[in-house]
Amino acid sequence: MNDFIVQLLEANGYRKTRLLAILRAIQATYFHIPKEAITLLSRLLGLPVSHIISVVDFYSFFHSTPRGQYDILFSDSITDHMQDKQNLMNYFSHQCQVGIGQVRKDGRVSLDNTACTGMCDQGPAALINGYAVPRLDRPKIDLIAKLIEQELPLAEWPETIFQVDDLIWKTGLLLNSRLEPGESLLAADARGLNATLNEIDQSKLRGRGGAGFKTALKWRLCASEPEQERFVVCNADEGEPGTFKDRVLLNRYADWLIEGMTLASLLIKSQQGFLYLRGEYLHLFEPLQAKLAERRRNGLLGDNILGKGWSFDIEICLGAGSYICGEESALIESLEGRSGIARNRPPYPVTEGYLNKPTIVDNVETFIAAAHIAIQGGNWFAAQGTEQSSGTKILSISGDTPQPGIYEVPFGTPISAILEDCLAEDVLGVQVGGPSGTFISNREFHRRLAFEDLPSGGSFIIFNRQRDILEIVRNFTHFFADESCGFCTPCRVGTILLSEQIDKLYDGYGSVGDIVALQELGHLLKTNSHCGLGQTAANPMLNTLARYPAIYQSKIKFPHFGPGFNLDEALQAARKIAHRDDSEAHLSQSGD
Amino acid sequence: MTQTFMLDGLAIPFEDGQTIMEAAIAAGHYIPHLCYHPDFTPYGSCKLCNVNVNGKICTACTFPAMEGQTVISESEEQNTDRQRITQMLFVEGNHFCPSCEKSGNCQLQGVAYHLKMTDDHFNHQFPHREIDASHPDILIDFNRCIFCALCVRASQEEDGKDVFAISGRGINKRLIINSDSGQLHDSELTVNDRATHICPTGAILIKHTAYQVPIGDRQYDHHSISEVSMEQDSSAP
Repeated sequence: MNDFIVQLLEANGYRKTRLLAILRAIQATYFHIPKEAITLLSRLLGLPVSHIISVVDFYSFFHSTPRGQYDILFSDSITDHMQDKQNLMNYFSHQCQVGIGQVRKDGRVSLDNTACTGMCDQGPAALINGYAVPRLDRPKIDLIAKLIEQELPLAEWPETIFQVDDLIWKTGLLLNSRLEPGESLLAADARGLNATLNEIDQSKLRGRGGAGFKTALKWRLCASEPEQERFVVCNADEGEPGTFKDRVLLNRYADWLIEGMTLASLLIKSQQGFLYLRGEYLHLFEPLQAKLAERRRNGLLGDNILGKGWSFDIEICLGAGSYICGEESALIESLEGRSGIARNRPPYPVTEGYLNKPTIVDNVETFIAAAHIAIQGGNWFAAQGTEQSSGTKILSISGDTPQPGIYEVPFGTPISAILEDCLAEDVLGVQVGGPSGTFISNREFHRRLAFEDLPSGGSFIIFNRQRDILEIVRNFTHFFADESCGFCTPCRVGTILLSEQIDKLYDGYGSVGDIVALQELGHLLKTNSHCGLGQTAANPMLNTLARYPAIYQSKIKFPHFGPGFNLDEALQAARKIAHRDDSEAHLSQSGD
Repeated sequence: MTQTFMLDGLAIPFEDGQTIMEAAIAAGHYIPHLCYHPDFTPYGSCKLCNVNVNGKICTACTFPAMEGQTVISESEEQNTDRQRITQMLFVEGNHFCPSCEKSGNCQLQGVAYHLKMTDDHFNHQFPHREIDASHPDILIDFNRCIFCALCVRASQEEDGKDVFAISGRGINKRLIINSDSGQLHDSELTVNDRATHICPTGAILIKHTAYQVPIGDRQYDHHSISEVSMEQDSSAP
């Protein structure tokens, strides 16, 4: 182990900021992070043992006890559930003789759940040793079980198991465009860098991650900081359940993205960029590295870009299973090799970001849009969309539609038109912008996709009338509780209390008081939490409670009386000890 | 010209670089808090000091004071939220005030008195947390940790030792100790460290000192936390 770790540290230049990459390599080799490894890392990197433990503890892809040689994680998004995930997971559990949340005794295989893996258009999905496996069905599971029993290395498995498709159903302004490598950089140079920034300003481009801050303003603020060292960061950590458009963009249009980041580096005068890639997209890591290498060879990255004396390079950093790292300041913390805990603001990243230097953090789609604007001009982009939301939005559409995949639509498009595009029928409601966004009912399909009305980072999940609203809310609420970083009290405790409260209602033990308590708790989380996760964690419940009060009411079993616990269930342990389960050993309680 | 902002209708003077909390304390106004301490870098995790700044909720301990701000702290709404947040701190751990040797000297309890908290409101989580009694002079009862990170900061910033860290995520957060065994006796912590004395609850206790002052004669038995806190915080360097 000593040699392995020394080599690993040498490959990573003994940089503390590379801690996640180092831990990923250790996890992949030893199936966990052994205690000796932590002691060694602590000594060789000069980091406290507790710091390394806290990072291992924080990210869900790191484990302090061994996982199986084949570690299987089933995606737990609501769309996976709608695609029969639970039955398939049980089937896998049976075929491989491994319990959910457990490691098989021989250490060969382990099975667990993970948050949405960004494969909602081709679910149900799983990760095997970090690599995405979409479109699971029984034959595929049988094959996987066989390969595991044969102890065949992953590299020798049939490629079809890992085949991820780019399902693009509708293209628009951006995806219909063409871009020759280097074209936007030359265009920016010819026009002048300041004039190019003015074009981006004129395009009224707003960040595509969801928050919608004006891109030109952000870049200008960063460029005007007196500090000379600045950083360009691409947030490729889309973790919002139901989002997968960056996966397609990173796979198909990596050139455009790298070009956009390089353009940004010219405009803000930065020499170093980072592409923070969500851990679930491990399968994109090597292709992206190859793309960066190709651009370096072609003089589009590295020193003296296009012979013009520009210098800029990009490093890819993989996440390790943490939704909160999509929040820009948590992402920066993660880039620095720490737990992803959102920073206090101010200062904002444009003034104090990566290593406390001025940093712009932008979404994949934003950089791509900027590259095209540099070529085509601001008016080209601003001509589409609405007053406050120019251009188009690339959506990841999943759920109850016969055509899940990518759709590019102009901002301002009514939801009804989007539903027509994807042939959705008998729709009950749509989750626009993922769980943290807005759940709209079928009475609101005239509403428009725009920052003025319904903003979205890209997630668009369709539910038909056969779906159970409370089951959807329950899935989303548990997701937030699992992903809370736990830094602040309202989110750390509130998301758990919210989950318990919704479970109680879902299980049929709710009273009127429970609904009042839900609302009160939801409001507390929204107003008092530290970052966006806590502030939006109650949205699924608050949105649906406002729209479908009757559904919540129908779940109430005890109108006036709220039992604190289920008396009969509480006796389960006693029955087990007494080895009896006859009718006399069961109790009913008032209201039953 | 002196800069000011409005706190609950009163003009509060401040200097550039001061947070709302610092300016409020300097002007003699108490804003409830647990993770804030004037000697250490503001952290902003407990959210008790949340105040309404021009319509937006911000932590007073981290948010800069700015000219013309309107800050609301002592409203019914703010105090109700603070009471709920305090109740959350009580239910996520295992706090048994009547049997805790810190009772009467505990800031968490003091804040609860101040906010007129009379019950726990939420369901108890009853987590299973071990006690570390390995150190000859110091005991840690993790059941009472509220993750304020004051011990973490005190150890790093004042003791220069880095004895503690906060690990894990979500409701599974835990305080860990920087030593090979993970136990306190194996760490560099001593009874004279600032980190040993900074805990606002009964999580870090000094052995052989319990009940020297009887319950009933302790700090918050006779003085509200607002008085005690203002006296201590404003006398800090």
